[in-house]
Amino acid sequence: MVQIAMKLEMTDRPGQLVAALQPISVVGGNIIAVIHQRDTSDKGTLSVQIVLEVPEGRADDLVRAIRDQGVNILMLGEERLQYRQSVIIIGHLLHTDLGDTVDRIDSTGFAEVAELNVVMPAIAERSTALITLKSGNLEDMERALSILREVGREKQLQIIEPLEEAA
Amino acid sequence: MRIALLGCGSVGRGVATVIMEKGLDFAITGMADSRSAVMDPDGIDIGAMLAKKRDTGLCGDRGLTATDVVNQGEYDVLVEVTPTNALTGEPGLTHIRAALERGRHVVTSNKGPVALAFCELKQMAKAAGVEFRYEATVGGAIPILHTLEHGLGGNTVQGLYGILNGTCNYILTRMSEEGLTYDQALLEARELGYAEADPTYDVKGIDAAIKLVILADTIWGMQATLDDVEVTGIDMLTADALRLAATQNCTIRLIGEVMPEQKILRVAPRMIPANHPLVIEGTLNAVTLKTDMAGEITLIGKGAGSIETASAIIGDLTYIAERYVKGV
Repeated sequence: MVQIAMKLEMTDRPGQLVAALQPISVVGGNIIAVIHQRDTSDKGTLSVQIVLEVPEGRADDLVRAIRDQGVNILMLGEERLQYRQSVIIIGHLLHTDLGDTVDRIDSTGFAEVAELNVVMPAIAERSTALITLKSGNLEDMERALSILREVGREKQLQIIEPLEEAA
Repeated sequence: MRIALLGCGSVGRGVATVIMEKGLDFAITGMADSRSAVMDPDGIDIGAMLAKKRDTGLCGDRGLTATDVVNQGEYDVLVEVTPTNALTGEPGLTHIRAALERGRHVVTSNKGPVALAFCELKQMAKAAGVEFRYEATVGGAIPILHTLEHGLGGNTVQGLYGILNGTCNYILTRMSEEGLTYDQALLEARELGYAEADPTYDVKGIDAAIKLVILADTIWGMQATLDDVEVTGIDMLTADALRLAATQNCTIRLIGEVMPEQKILRVAPRMIPANHPLVIEGTLNAVTLKTDMAGEITLIGKGAGSIETASAIIGDLTYIAERYVKGV
């Protein structure tokens, strides 16, 4: 599934919102949030922000179907890498080329390092980092984690993984 | 029902004390420690035996040994509670084999023989038509094996994860709550008697791994040994790791995990949400079983202690007494 946010503009008439949302279930999507702004504009229209998930490859069909309902789509944003997972790494992070560790994930094209928080207690002591990975789906997250495990073995870093899957 | 009790340490004395004080319908007809033994087909005077152990360090006569009790004693059930040796399983393994060969039931808290020779001992017991029970080897007082065998009978167990070592859980709790370093928390655990002078087995995750092997063999017949478990201990954890986990509303615990389909047996420190049911305090143990009918079941309880371990042993003895001696 891919997460999409869109802002819809429609005439302020009963039944318009239901008609605008109806195509979402047709393409097999889920509505995550609907933010309804009731302050009607001068044009007599109202705008609604929705966040939804659609099966991969169905986003274009959905946009077409919503437009067919006479609804104007003002903006459309897609969060490409929606899965996030944090792990902790302990070891000589800088002396084993932290830049390379990050690159090994970033260079994959399917996952990237979104956040890195490194704590260094003293020179020559092991440092600890919280590293947050982003990916487009769970499978890619698992691939990214296994790259990280391999880097950990290579550079003698201890990796503390979460018990539960990415969200 | 007549019991031969091997081992007069904290667990052995706990079992004897509970039988005496609660007036349980069990007679101890043989008792042995590492240097002496005593036998009486009519039942030993438990109070006198415990007093002798306290005053002289011996529970019986120097002329008798545990082997004499196992091979010549009159008993229905051998209770084997000598210390765990993870490499050889001895002397427990020899005692257990000998008792099963004599067609006697065996109840043990000794992890070594169970983890090393699970299949062999189970088959010996089956061939002899007797019980081989070891509730006390995993999770201390928590009746995890009884729960699996009876309460969850008919369920398919899809996986499990748990906290199987109280020493590690105590150290991680203190690091997490008080910001102690690993060395400080270990020192404190030693002073309180939660960690041994040589804490290697506990902090390197080996003790938890042995228990995981026992669960994997029991539930899925995986025929696993310690070598099959991917083990990482807690001894290299930094205080910063717990602080960074806290920024994500998480903490770190040493988790044992079995995923039978992927053939994963793993003990490792893991990040876990602070409000997760497995995040338990101090020396407690906990196990979450994932099942097809009952969903997830989490059992939490005391993982060690003299009377707590005795509770698990008495549970096994009661089961045998009801099933075989009374014929229920």
